[in-house]
Amino acid sequence: MALPGAFQLDAALALPLDRAPVTVLFGPSGAGKTTLLRLLAGLERPDAGLILFRDRVWCDTARGVWLDPQQRRAGFVFQHYALFPHLTVERNVAFASSGQAAARMMERFDLTAFGQRLPRAISGGEQQRVALARALAAEPDLLLLDEPLSALDAAARVRTRRELRGLLVRAGVPSIVVTHDRIEAVALADWMAVMVEGRILQTGPVREVFARPATARVAEAVGVENVLPAEIVSRAAGLLHLRVGGTALECLDGGESGSVLASIRAEDVALSRDAAHASTQRNRLQGMVRAISIEGPLARVEMDCGFPLVALVTAQSATDLNLLPGESLAAIVKTTSVHLIAAG
Amino acid sequence: MDWQAIGLSLRLALATTLVLQVVGMPLAWWIAFSRRRWKFLVEAVVALPLVLPPTVLGFYVLIAIGPHSPVGAVYARITGGLLPFSFAGLLVASVLYSMPFTVQPMVAAFGGVDRKLIEASWCLGVSRGATFRRVVVPLAGQGIATAAILSFAHTVGEFGVVLMVGGNIAGVTRTVSISIYDQTQSLDYAGAWHTSLLLVGFSFVVLALTYSWQRRAWMLWQTH
Repeated sequence: MALPGAFQLDAALALPLDRAPVTVLFGPSGAGKTTLLRLLAGLERPDAGLILFRDRVWCDTARGVWLDPQQRRAGFVFQHYALFPHLTVERNVAFASSGQAAARMMERFDLTAFGQRLPRAISGGEQQRVALARALAAEPDLLLLDEPLSALDAAARVRTRRELRGLLVRAGVPSIVVTHDRIEAVALADWMAVMVEGRILQTGPVREVFARPATARVAEAVGVENVLPAEIVSRAAGLLHLRVGGTALECLDGGESGSVLASIRAEDVALSRDAAHASTQRNRLQGMVRAISIEGPLARVEMDCGFPLVALVTAQSATDLNLLPGESLAAIVKTTSVHLIAAG
Repeated sequence: MDWQAIGLSLRLALATTLVLQVVGMPLAWWIAFSRRRWKFLVEAVVALPLVLPPTVLGFYVLIAIGPHSPVGAVYARITGGLLPFSFAGLLVASVLYSMPFTVQPMVAAFGGVDRKLIEASWCLGVSRGATFRRVVVPLAGQGIATAAILSFAHTVGEFGVVLMVGGNIAGVTRTVSISIYDQTQSLDYAGAWHTSLLLVGFSFVVLALTYSWQRRAWMLWQTH
């Protein structure tokens, strides 16, 4: 799809909406996620593009087909919810639906207690439930949510994140959620599409995308901390032997060849003081602690193992191990936690 | 006091305000939300009466609605009457003259309505017309009311355009401002004094009410 003006969106995307109730559209700010969502809703018009939903054509610029937002039955939950400020909660929910459907939603979303209040007199989490209830009361075929948690304060965000997936799954309407927060993505999604600079780079089951980013760009976007240039030295018995910096590393042989990047998630790196002991861990890398920073319950430990390696351990174990910069430690990475990405 | 002229002015102001609400609202809507590049030209034309001498506007309106113009000819065929020096002609001129006083407050009010609210309504399947009625008008209500009050007050006070297009026919086109001019010309200073004072008082009360009401609405918004 190409949009008027300078912004180019090249988003080829097919989603199994009926198999995966919640799809997350993930990417950094400015990637074009919201624009893509607005195109789906019919709020933006592409210069060229094709949008199919089930067996209906929503937009086909080649044949001059265009459905207005009203004809698409795609519910939209805006980032700041866009509740009508002059109408009570009840009238917001009933804005475009029969009284019955609205009453059902008021009940399901636990809104009856403040049905007579105006939106500005309720909390952010409650506003979000009103926005969802309003969208679902109109009985949409598809639900689009733009950063639904970003307007909430930190405490409400954690609480609502847990609720939201349940609400979306129970709604029985396929939904597409835009977010740039990977914790939200993991918490909400079945299926995930990664978007960077106007392009969809990878789609797939959410765990698959996080565990096996297809390219270095995706790895960077989904926040895999360690993406390291590696050389394939040899292959044997289903294993690949790599050289990263000056250090040997092993991983499963997925048939890769040539120059590759090894991606290791920081939470898959364990730290140990024992110089050597029998274990199933094949990748045992001797290194030195360069820096430690505490991030809430987690400690981010930057190691030098012949190449920079970031480990994410609990703050408690960092304290127990009495980690200090300059110390010598072993970093342990399971063979199955090293994923190869074709470089280039 | 020339009660006939006062009555005529009020009738003219009321009719002008009503016509402008109907004509001005879609125009203001278009100006507020259109993405056309030549929109600024329309905005400039609408604002012209603010800067033109009323005699210039009046002169062109007089020519445009005269019996030899297409508009005047069609009007004559339908009604058998002439537009210049009639109440209908005066109404046409007043509508043009007070247009910016209706359109500009409305554009500001429509522009102040969060576009996301309009889009939210569309995505709920509500048509453009119903969205305008149920979301935009209630949220822009104060601007719409301001537009009506300003247009009404401005029409009551107009002079040059009325004189050019309507002339000075008692009960037909002699508005209150013309009446004051007449009284002064005939050295009836007492009459002019009374009528002027009435007009000053009326204008002041209207404006004071408008501002106090706007302030209150603003404060209500702030405290909640």
